[in-house]
Amino acid sequence: MNIGKMTDHAGEWLRGNGPHHDIVISSRIRLARNIAGFPFVNRANLRQQHEVLALCHEHIVEQKLEDDVLWIDLRDSPQLDRELLVERHLISKQHAGSKEEAPRAVAIGVDETFAIMINEEDHLRMQVLRSGLQLTEAFQHINHMDDQLESKLNYAYSQRFGYLTACPTNVGTGIRVSVMLHLPALKLTGEIEKVRRAARDMHLAVRGLFGEGSEAIGDLYQISNQTTLGKSEMEILADFETTVVPQIIAYEKQARQALLQQRPEQLDDKIHRALAILKHARVMGTEEVLQLLSHMRLGVNLGRITSVDMKTINDLFLLTQPAHLQRIASRSMSPVERRVERASLIRSKLKHCAVE
Amino acid sequence: MTILELADNPPVPPLSMRVHQHPRQFNWGREGYLVVKRKCDKCDKPATHHSVEIINGEKIEKHLCDQHAAEEGISIKAVQAPINELLTNFVKLQGESAQLKEEEEQEEQGEMVAGQTSGMKGYACPECGLTFNQFREKSLLGCSECYKAFERQLCNLLERAHEGGVHHIGKVPVRAGVSENKQTQLMRMRKRLDEAVDSEDYELAARLRDDIRSFEESAE
Repeated sequence: MNIGKMTDHAGEWLRGNGPHHDIVISSRIRLARNIAGFPFVNRANLRQQHEVLALCHEHIVEQKLEDDVLWIDLRDSPQLDRELLVERHLISKQHAGSKEEAPRAVAIGVDETFAIMINEEDHLRMQVLRSGLQLTEAFQHINHMDDQLESKLNYAYSQRFGYLTACPTNVGTGIRVSVMLHLPALKLTGEIEKVRRAARDMHLAVRGLFGEGSEAIGDLYQISNQTTLGKSEMEILADFETTVVPQIIAYEKQARQALLQQRPEQLDDKIHRALAILKHARVMGTEEVLQLLSHMRLGVNLGRITSVDMKTINDLFLLTQPAHLQRIASRSMSPVERRVERASLIRSKLKHCAVE
Repeated sequence: MTILELADNPPVPPLSMRVHQHPRQFNWGREGYLVVKRKCDKCDKPATHHSVEIINGEKIEKHLCDQHAAEEGISIKAVQAPINELLTNFVKLQGESAQLKEEEEQEEQGEMVAGQTSGMKGYACPECGLTFNQFREKSLLGCSECYKAFERQLCNLLERAHEGGVHHIGKVPVRAGVSENKQTQLMRMRKRLDEAVDSEDYELAARLRDDIRSFEESAE
């Protein structure tokens, strides 16, 4: 496996299956860990960072933590590749953008279901991704990986504060549980603010597609826990699986039904207008595309469009991102060129979809 | 009077109640679709503050713009502040008040306490040398020892950031980690190793490396 091969399909989190895949795009769990005896990354000198990197390489790659692991040293990978990994949610923007010479890497599972960043904010940031609502499965996977690593590495851990992390907002379990939700009907009906407010009351963060500080474009919302100390992994997971997510799903479904019953023409107008623009436009920006794809996705889920399949839409969510576009065209492009290329890629993918 | 959504510390009903509280008709804009940006009850600006109050069993909805909400004395954060921003602000406040307090104490005592002469601001972690000031700037601690060095200041911060949580509950490393003293020792040994390499004393470095290895193994 290599990075080049990634661009012809969507990653695990956009596969579009798994429980509740009409609303829950993906489930993600990450754990932050540090190795005892070394300063945290921001206080470690280059030599210590190298040593951490070597230790992790030994235990992840040489000792085969998982069957197929792709180790990418980010110092010698081209910028475009790093951006590609960000778009696929395999590394963070911060990890992609650190100083060139900073010793850092990412170990990726061949099916992109897991990724371990080394020397990001913490020595180890591991994440497991699943499509749809599969938090329990994701947790089992990551917990197993953590156990394996921990049997070989000494983690920085204190009885009082739990797993020690560079930022005190992650200390304790070091866990971040997040689900990516597609909530177009709540957006269309203006109810989304209530979800935001309710989430905030429960100490959950609501973010856009690309995490911290990003706008919720394409009606995609990431909801994640902020509390990591004084609450066990199981409690946090249970909050999500039995309370938060099912209720938002029910609420979105209710909004979808309301749209269907009360304003079917306007709903269909949105959906078919989106399809028509995507099929014919010549110059398109990312944000517009994501918004239109969002309406199409809603249309497919509600059975209002039948000539397009879900996979095509999910793929387009990813393939129209800047790094993916350039990787597919195998050349770097200016933003203006990208807008033209983006429109053309979409037209070719939707060539066979009839406007109904 | 019950204020459901705007009180400073509203009783938090379960999400289900809040979500299904008002199965009201969705609002449709003039065009017949899309949303619904409600106007302020008092002017033509879009309403950004919404509240539902129940007074004598009667439901009263209020929709106000920023300005009128402020006039009414209602003011809530419209956007969620990113946790880092919150943290930075809080840490800054913390540091300042801690520093002030300490300086006051020192004045009262009329004498300087050794090691605290510069107040919290210049206080540094004995292991990695990170000062409290540096922590305030980046919101990042330098090593596991910082948790001990700044324990007092951190407790307040942690309580705020973690819904009151100050003690870890949850997973414990299978081999219960290396004991905390040993972790500190390990940190010191690695520091010595680093210094040995710096001063090109490779013999010492090799010896320290062996020591670290056997120390780590004995910890298992």
